[in-house]
Amino acid sequence: MKAISALLLLAASACVSAANFSVVNPSKSNINFVSKQMGVAVTGNFAQFNSQISLDPTHPEAGKAQITVMLNSIDAGSGEANDEVKGKVWFNVKEYPNATFVSSAVKALSGNRYQAVGKLTIKGKVRDVIVPFTAVPAGASLLLDGSIPISRAAYGIGEGAWADPSVVADDVQVKFHFMLNLAK
Amino acid sequence: MTQRYTYPAIALHWLMALLMIATFPLGLYMSDLPLSPHKLRLYAYHKWIGMVILMLLVLRVFWRVTHRPPAFVAGLPRWQVLAAHTVHIALYALMLAVPLSGWLMSSALGFQVVLFGVLSIPDLIGADKALGHTLKSVHELLNYGLLTMVVLHVGAALQHHLMLRDDTLRRMLPFLGGLK
Repeated sequence: MKAISALLLLAASACVSAANFSVVNPSKSNINFVSKQMGVAVTGNFAQFNSQISLDPTHPEAGKAQITVMLNSIDAGSGEANDEVKGKVWFNVKEYPNATFVSSAVKALSGNRYQAVGKLTIKGKVRDVIVPFTAVPAGASLLLDGSIPISRAAYGIGEGAWADPSVVADDVQVKFHFMLNLAK
Repeated sequence: MTQRYTYPAIALHWLMALLMIATFPLGLYMSDLPLSPHKLRLYAYHKWIGMVILMLLVLRVFWRVTHRPPAFVAGLPRWQVLAAHTVHIALYALMLAVPLSGWLMSSALGFQVVLFGVLSIPDLIGADKALGHTLKSVHELLNYGLLTMVVLHVGAALQHHLMLRDDTLRRMLPFLGGLK
């Protein structure tokens, strides 16, 4: 009897430590970005995205992420800018409504820092990206935070006259925050 | 014998006049442009000039307070002295209010002012789109107020110089011969 309860306890503790967080809470998650216009940091965000993420902090190598961002939901800081960036020379949302990230590998760095590598597709252009992030437990949830620089030129975001990085800088910092819960 | 303004006062007066003459039509022109890199550049220049005007104004007020301006030309009717003082006070007030309203408007609309693209000027208020649009109207209105005062100021200076042929304008000129 004692042995059985000990085994159960062991199984239970194994369950807790090998916790696979795989349910994204979309209302507590967000994707923001900061672009620089004439040296001025302008923040924006994507209101709509679908994300399937799973991460077990004890087995990060089994982690996976697939994120689809609806580009039409962009807020680039002003109504005028929102209309502009949906257009052909920017995201061309008519032809390329979504941007996607699909991870191919996840590994632990140190402490609560991790790194995902994968493919980012924007405007039909596929690029390999390395995404560093932190995973911090908060109550029953796991909070993922990270950011990656995106080169506008690499994806053709803002072509023609807009390509000039002296007005809108080439680097756009994309920041993400995801709240993950355990699967029930 | 009429005195001239001090040279720093003259320099500040004309430098600020030049900047205002440059940035007022720039503001009118740029706001109706469709969004383009050209527009973003002009907006930045407009804001930079505005911030420079604001900084020069601080210097100028300091100079004005510590240096007594020359007297008006002799024999000026009382109503003209009063009118000149009123317009001068309005000009100072508007030279403060116009760039300040532009600065507030930028902050409220979520576009911080970064002087010359390198020096971040702190936001005075948090982002608030609705307030930003109100401040835009306030900024425009104040500008037309400033334009009105400038027209009165320039009109009076020219009237004194060309019609009354007195030293009023010459007091503010570093050249154009000696004072009578």
